[in-house]
Amino acid sequence: MFTYYLDLAMRSLRRNRMLTALMVVAIALGIGASMTTLTVLHVLSGDPLPGTSGTLFYPRIDPRDQDSYEEGKEPPYQVTWIDGMNMLHAKRADRQALMTGGSVPVQPAQSGLDPFYSDARYTSSDFFPMFRVPFLYGRPWSAEEDESKARVVVISRKLNEKLFGGKDSTGQTLRMKDTAFRVIGVLDEWRPNPHFYDVDTGKYAASEDVFVPLATSRDVRLEHDGSTDCWGTGGDEEHAETQPCVWLQFWVQLDSASKVAAYKEYLVHYSEEQRALGRFVRPVNVQLNGLMEWLDINKVVPGDVRLQTWLAFGFLLVCLVNTVGLMLAKFLRRAGELGVRRALGASKREVFMQLLIESGVIGLAGGLFGLLLAFFGLWLVRRQPSDYASLAHLDLTMLLATFVLAIGSTLLAGLLPAWRACQITPALQLKSQ
Amino acid sequence: MDILPILSTLRRHKITAFLVIIEIALTCAIVCNAVFIINQRLDRMSMESGVDEHRMLHIQLADIGDTKDKKSRTLTDLAALREIPGVAEVSSVMQVPFGNSSSNSGIKLDPKQKLSTLNATMYSGENLVPAFGLQLVAGRDLQPDDFRDFDEVVRGAAAKDAKSLPHTVIITQNMANRLWPGQPALGKQIYLLDYPMTVVGVVKELIRPSIWDDSAKSYSMIFPMRMARGEYVIRTKTPEDRERVLAAALTKLKEINPHRVVLKKHTFDDMRHDFFQNDRAMAGLLIGVCVALLIVTALGIVGLGSFWVAQRRRQIGVRRALGATRSNILRYFQTENFLLATIGIGVGMVMAYGINLLLMVHYELPRLPGIYFPVGAVLLWIIGQLAVLGPAMRAAAVPPVVATRSV
Repeated sequence: MFTYYLDLAMRSLRRNRMLTALMVVAIALGIGASMTTLTVLHVLSGDPLPGTSGTLFYPRIDPRDQDSYEEGKEPPYQVTWIDGMNMLHAKRADRQALMTGGSVPVQPAQSGLDPFYSDARYTSSDFFPMFRVPFLYGRPWSAEEDESKARVVVISRKLNEKLFGGKDSTGQTLRMKDTAFRVIGVLDEWRPNPHFYDVDTGKYAASEDVFVPLATSRDVRLEHDGSTDCWGTGGDEEHAETQPCVWLQFWVQLDSASKVAAYKEYLVHYSEEQRALGRFVRPVNVQLNGLMEWLDINKVVPGDVRLQTWLAFGFLLVCLVNTVGLMLAKFLRRAGELGVRRALGASKREVFMQLLIESGVIGLAGGLFGLLLAFFGLWLVRRQPSDYASLAHLDLTMLLATFVLAIGSTLLAGLLPAWRACQITPALQLKSQ
Repeated sequence: MDILPILSTLRRHKITAFLVIIEIALTCAIVCNAVFIINQRLDRMSMESGVDEHRMLHIQLADIGDTKDKKSRTLTDLAALREIPGVAEVSSVMQVPFGNSSSNSGIKLDPKQKLSTLNATMYSGENLVPAFGLQLVAGRDLQPDDFRDFDEVVRGAAAKDAKSLPHTVIITQNMANRLWPGQPALGKQIYLLDYPMTVVGVVKELIRPSIWDDSAKSYSMIFPMRMARGEYVIRTKTPEDRERVLAAALTKLKEINPHRVVLKKHTFDDMRHDFFQNDRAMAGLLIGVCVALLIVTALGIVGLGSFWVAQRRRQIGVRRALGATRSNILRYFQTENFLLATIGIGVGMVMAYGINLLLMVHYELPRLPGIYFPVGAVLLWIIGQLAVLGPAMRAAAVPPVVATRSV
């Protein structure tokens, strides 16, 4: 029966090509626009570390002075060097890493390459195991190497290709800021989206090309990038270690709910202890946000992208209303034919099914065509200059979603016209002919 | 034209009429708001910066190694840049408009104040006012004896030594109006970290390097601090000189000290272009959606109109046979469309207002200006009339003889 209805649908659609084309184009435009924006939204609001993100937390404490204090406000979004180091060395979490962003002058050994600046991350050693960073060659540095300010560096696969032709470069020397560093590891492709561990250096930025131990970066005076917030007399970048400024990110891994509770307690204790020492003056104000929660707090998904998604769905709605109207026109126009079918014994249900299948066919065609439009739309998005542009690709989930949305919405649009067409009294139709 | 027969016909085609109305209403609501957002973005993109953009260049260099004598090196660089033919002014600066990276500070009018009055950005650099081409509307430019070295200021602030800090500042007119509405700003004091700074000059406009709140976009201050960070602004004599001066400047800077990397080199026109790229992309997308929406709606009216005409061929034939002229028939369909469009527009305006209220809450958009309502209405009326013209003409062409034929 299904194939028969399908055949009927095809015949009917072929009979009035203009109307069919109009409906398919309207659905395709709506689907294309919705899927383009939905894909961008989906990519941007994704989990940067699926499977791991649930155990990662971002602790915050409030070390600021009384100036501008207001009750109930959030603690600063980063930590000072002193607090970061204290929490790092306390080792109260399963893993913990203190880090900040920067940029380093890379001086290639080859004569053909001019020196250039690379984005860098200065971090303590747990960064790599905690964020499950994949290594192509070599290894991360150890906590000892971090403490002893070892001149070691881990580079990205991209930089390894540029500098060493993609070969295993561990043990080689890399000169940065007139200092010789030993390459101890090369990362495999790694680009968590969003750039969750430091949203101030580009919410959807690619991960850095150069990784240097945090203590080493201070020793070699590598340049710091990203946000720095100071209070009181703070601001001297030369002596950032002692300044009343927050400029580092501190992440912890906590494997169970009880550990999370215990860690929060530790943060309260730590704040109280610092208050007793006179370093902290504000009332205790601690936060321990999970990774995804932290992304929400930072509003990483651009407002424009959300607005575009709403707009696209509004557009789809108009396209669907349009299709409802056209389908209604088409079905009612065939009242005579449907009257004959009813008179010959087809039940209302069967006629209804037949018409729904016809709208499903339109939905499928609109979906296919809309998919092409979505590919085109995403290509346009990728040509935009935003830092998330290169991420706009359709994945399998979104591919399936396209068809579900296309066929689902068209069937929905077909319900009213089909129901209306079923109400036709066969006798009346036959008589009028 | 008598509209009563039209109304009674529409009452017999409730669903179809309803669909047309809904489609027009939705289109009207979405297009009104989208055009409003487009206008907002276009306004933003043409935001006045206060600097002489068409004649300015920006170069940012970074040393590869540690440089000790940054101050004298900067003086050498500046002297060399000044010698290039076509260069009018040069300055070594801390930050530039459209630069996206900024230093900001809370400002107080009284050191005992608990919360700062406003947050403003800090520009500095010797010769900055002429190099930016800023327009002084009151007071004077910063004088050589106002100036301190940046490093000295940082050390002084840490040591709480007020003498090593600057005492004077230039602010923008908008900031002055916000701080002292209706009063002259010259001679007044603002407090930064409890230290007073006297306003000696007011510039017409100078926008912040990064703008996260459009209402605070021109809260900028210029401090008398000498910068030696390798960030230079060059103002050329004519806009045509720019490309040549930029190339010459880069060659010269490389010659003076090859042990550094050029991080940025661009004209301010390019910087403005890059700065507003997201607004431009958003406006482009909205325009695209609006056009597509109007086309879909128009095609929908054409489709439904054609169907309607085909369905009523007999009636039209009868009317023609009874003496209605072609223009009567044409007018009938046009009036019908006008009625539907008017109802749709009415509903659409209410929806447009509702959507605008939502956007005001979630996206901090201002209220939709009243002018959008009549303009939107006229636009949709025109589109409706154009779309219905084809089917209506076909209806008018129906010969009276159709009335005599069955089916």
